[in-house]
Amino acid sequence: MAVQTPNGFSLDRSGRRIVIDPLTRIEGHLRVEANLDSDNVIRNAVSSGTMWRGIEVILRGRDPRDAWAFTERICGVCTGTHALASVRAVENALGITIPENANSIRNIMQLCLLVHDHLVHFYHLHALDWVDVVSALNADPKSTSALAQSISPWPLSSPGYFRDFQIRLNKFFGSGQLGPFKHGYWGHPAYKLPPEANLMAVAHYMEALDFQKEIVKIQAIYGGKNPHPNWLVGGVPCAINIDGIGAVGAINMERLNIVSSIVARSIEFVEQVYLPDIAAICSFYKDWLHGGGLSSKSVMSYGDIPENANDCSAKSLKLPRGVILNGNLKEILPIDHGDPEQIQEFVAHSWYKYPSDCGGLHPWDGITEPSFELGPEFKGSKTDIKELDEGSKYSWIKAPRWRGHAVEVGPLARYIIGYAQGKAEFKDPAERLLKGLNLPLTALFSTLGRTAARALECQWAAHQMRYFQDKLVVQLRSGNTATADVSRWDPESWRKEAKGYGFTEAPRGALGHWIKIKDAKIDNYQCVVPTTWNGSPRDSKGNIGAFEASLIGTPMADPQRPLEILRTIHSFDPCLACSTHVMSPEGQEMASVKVR
Amino acid sequence: MADATETFYSVIRRQGITRRSFHKFCSVTAASLGLGSLTASSIAQALETKPRVPVIWLHGLECTCCSESFIRSGHPLIKDALLSMISLDYDDTIMAAAGHQAEAILEETRAKYKGRYVLAVEGNPPLKEGGMFCIDGGKPFVEKLRSMAEEAMAVIAWGTCASWGCVQAAKPNPTGAAPIDKVLTNKPIIKVPGCPPIAEIMSGLVTFIITFGKLPELDRQGRPSMFYSERIHDKCYRRSHFDAGQFVEAWDDTYARKGYCLYKMGCKGPTTYNACSAVRWNGGVSFPIQSGHGCLGCSEDGFWDKGSFYDRLTTIKQFGIEENADKIGMAAAGVVGLTVAAHAAVTAVNRWTHNPDRAADKGKPS
Repeated sequence: MAVQTPNGFSLDRSGRRIVIDPLTRIEGHLRVEANLDSDNVIRNAVSSGTMWRGIEVILRGRDPRDAWAFTERICGVCTGTHALASVRAVENALGITIPENANSIRNIMQLCLLVHDHLVHFYHLHALDWVDVVSALNADPKSTSALAQSISPWPLSSPGYFRDFQIRLNKFFGSGQLGPFKHGYWGHPAYKLPPEANLMAVAHYMEALDFQKEIVKIQAIYGGKNPHPNWLVGGVPCAINIDGIGAVGAINMERLNIVSSIVARSIEFVEQVYLPDIAAICSFYKDWLHGGGLSSKSVMSYGDIPENANDCSAKSLKLPRGVILNGNLKEILPIDHGDPEQIQEFVAHSWYKYPSDCGGLHPWDGITEPSFELGPEFKGSKTDIKELDEGSKYSWIKAPRWRGHAVEVGPLARYIIGYAQGKAEFKDPAERLLKGLNLPLTALFSTLGRTAARALECQWAAHQMRYFQDKLVVQLRSGNTATADVSRWDPESWRKEAKGYGFTEAPRGALGHWIKIKDAKIDNYQCVVPTTWNGSPRDSKGNIGAFEASLIGTPMADPQRPLEILRTIHSFDPCLACSTHVMSPEGQEMASVKVR
Repeated sequence: MADATETFYSVIRRQGITRRSFHKFCSVTAASLGLGSLTASSIAQALETKPRVPVIWLHGLECTCCSESFIRSGHPLIKDALLSMISLDYDDTIMAAAGHQAEAILEETRAKYKGRYVLAVEGNPPLKEGGMFCIDGGKPFVEKLRSMAEEAMAVIAWGTCASWGCVQAAKPNPTGAAPIDKVLTNKPIIKVPGCPPIAEIMSGLVTFIITFGKLPELDRQGRPSMFYSERIHDKCYRRSHFDAGQFVEAWDDTYARKGYCLYKMGCKGPTTYNACSAVRWNGGVSFPIQSGHGCLGCSEDGFWDKGSFYDRLTTIKQFGIEENADKIGMAAAGVVGLTVAAHAAVTAVNRWTHNPDRAADKGKPS
């Protein structure tokens, strides 16, 4: 029964099938199905994006300068990152440049998102896959304190602190109203932390919930609010006025001080709470190195955080850029977003149809026509799906491929590429962590590696915020306060027809927007987003995507309580509203959609 | 132990919080809601006697910005709201359970807390393709929405998606995304629009309901009057520049650096009902206009389909000063006296057109 995929995985759907829907603690709606063999090892995995919004067709005919606001609403978790890709795409199409200060401020905004999103992802969307909240009730506060103080100088670590917190937790569970912790998989054999580590981690869950709201104040200073700060084609909307008349109405010393202070607190929290927690958790789970999937084979990163304004060359980008195929770390392949042969999307197993299902289409030339059909093997009814048929169409996510290859994107991909490039700021922290755990490099290619890479990147991003904030101040000291270039703000100054692309590294991975502009209006618009890469269904050749690949071979202790599946899928930080909005650049008006 | 009659007060007393601290908390809460000291005692009374209200938080087609905003609340802290004020029994974004364990909570809540739980909805249901543009547990999301609304005490429509439709309902609305009051017609629905709404307004609404044991006064469009009865423009700290005819003319110009009015850059503050200019965002740090960009009007119905965000408000009759504003802008460059005169006229017209008592009802741009 087993089938071999071209990208090297063996799939067998003959065993017992389990279904997880809704797969919670993610952004959006995702369904996962898996077949287990008689030893409860996963032999086939099916990832299905179960929502679709159609934002690109909504963009058609609109003012390109407005596109950032529409695309920003693709996702409120990775808020702002679509807006950044969008203003870059419009600027690329129209030949608009931005001032150095705008580049620094945009970098700070994006880095702020990385820090915030990684922290919230770990503590509030992922930690409960490793941390047993109920076990924390049995911890000894004194030993918990000793554990906490042995790994970090973080001051909230006294026996009294943990005792008070444990009392509060006890009363909460005693109330019988368990809120978000209701029906969790507490006591599951796959939980490995001792009670003391659990208590420490749950306390930090709450501390991180308090602290995360501080980090985003940086976006509020420069963008007016968070979630969904404001952006501008040609620069940033916030003007700078350090000491002139009316400075109180602009970015001034007081505003810069708020940013600086939050940057310092963010670095402190990440280094004294998040990183030590990750190291502690890794030390208890280092035997559980499942979930590597595509990471040891094919990974991709577009790169981001340009050192210099208007220079998106690999040399200028501080996050690594390139593709690794078939595990060959010696060769980093270059990416060209405009090359029609490189990035293509396939729909053989997605609820869309092409004139021919065999070919892939570059985003500038893509077609999206919804086609909701469920295949001969599916079980249930059209509005009550029991089991999907992955041999047919089974997801609202398309299947993007780089030169035909399924790739993994995200923090682990970035660290692997940075490591392969020998960049010290990525290689050294990764090696330090591995050495401390006495693990080989190959341990990175795992669920745990993905989770650890995110934490390392959070620290990197926090320090980069400091770097660009300092760079901004140096510019201001030299008298350069420009934040926007308005020479091509007026549509009269635009070419009649233009096309461009913009890219960034969202917290979850490589994000690209492609735009065509005609007569000052959006002619078509296409986004290919991180979770489209990671969560992609199969393509016409049968290659499986990163989510599905990562589950193959994982043993489950109790299939009724699929903790291992949640753990690995969460390690990608899925964002389904992002991945499943894709819509026609040719602008079909959905006349073919049947309304019941 | 499984019986849910725990009160907020008993929870915090057992946590070692003194009665004195408890009353202090009530006063701070009252103050943060803009309520008088008299109401602090009502808050105390409510929290002493009520069990934590079960909240079921569903997600349809959305971007999760409302949840992200909610957790930004500074008062109350969300940690305290989750542990001691409400019982957030279902919220697929943060809940530990998944799959059938998660689904089971919905049935349990319907049965155990019939008519006593609050349904909070983020996002909206798509109605085309049999509702299958948003599948939840293998079924159309709209089914789950209808089913959970049946036994709910009240329904909160978080954000512009649930309230008005928002971005996926912008033209041509390919999925048939509909605001929730199109499918839930026999329940009180509190609309809390904004993309997203301000954190403290979300937590303020929840605290209001559990404190006073009733729904807040709503305007004709279903929004809480306490937060949505005034326009951004009414409380904008740059209003004096508008009145003085001092406008930003281009991004990053001298006037932008002085914090002049953003009306000419497309600001929708004059037609947008929300609390951004009064409460501000992220703990009061800023709001869009303070950081140099005009208001997008994100709490208004259909704000995506009213022209570019950079178009000046010229087509909206109730604003009615579009020509004047241009003249004022020109006058501001040279003739101060004229500017002041024009300003006075404009302000007078506005006062006459917008009786504050009726503003929320009649001020909706059509």
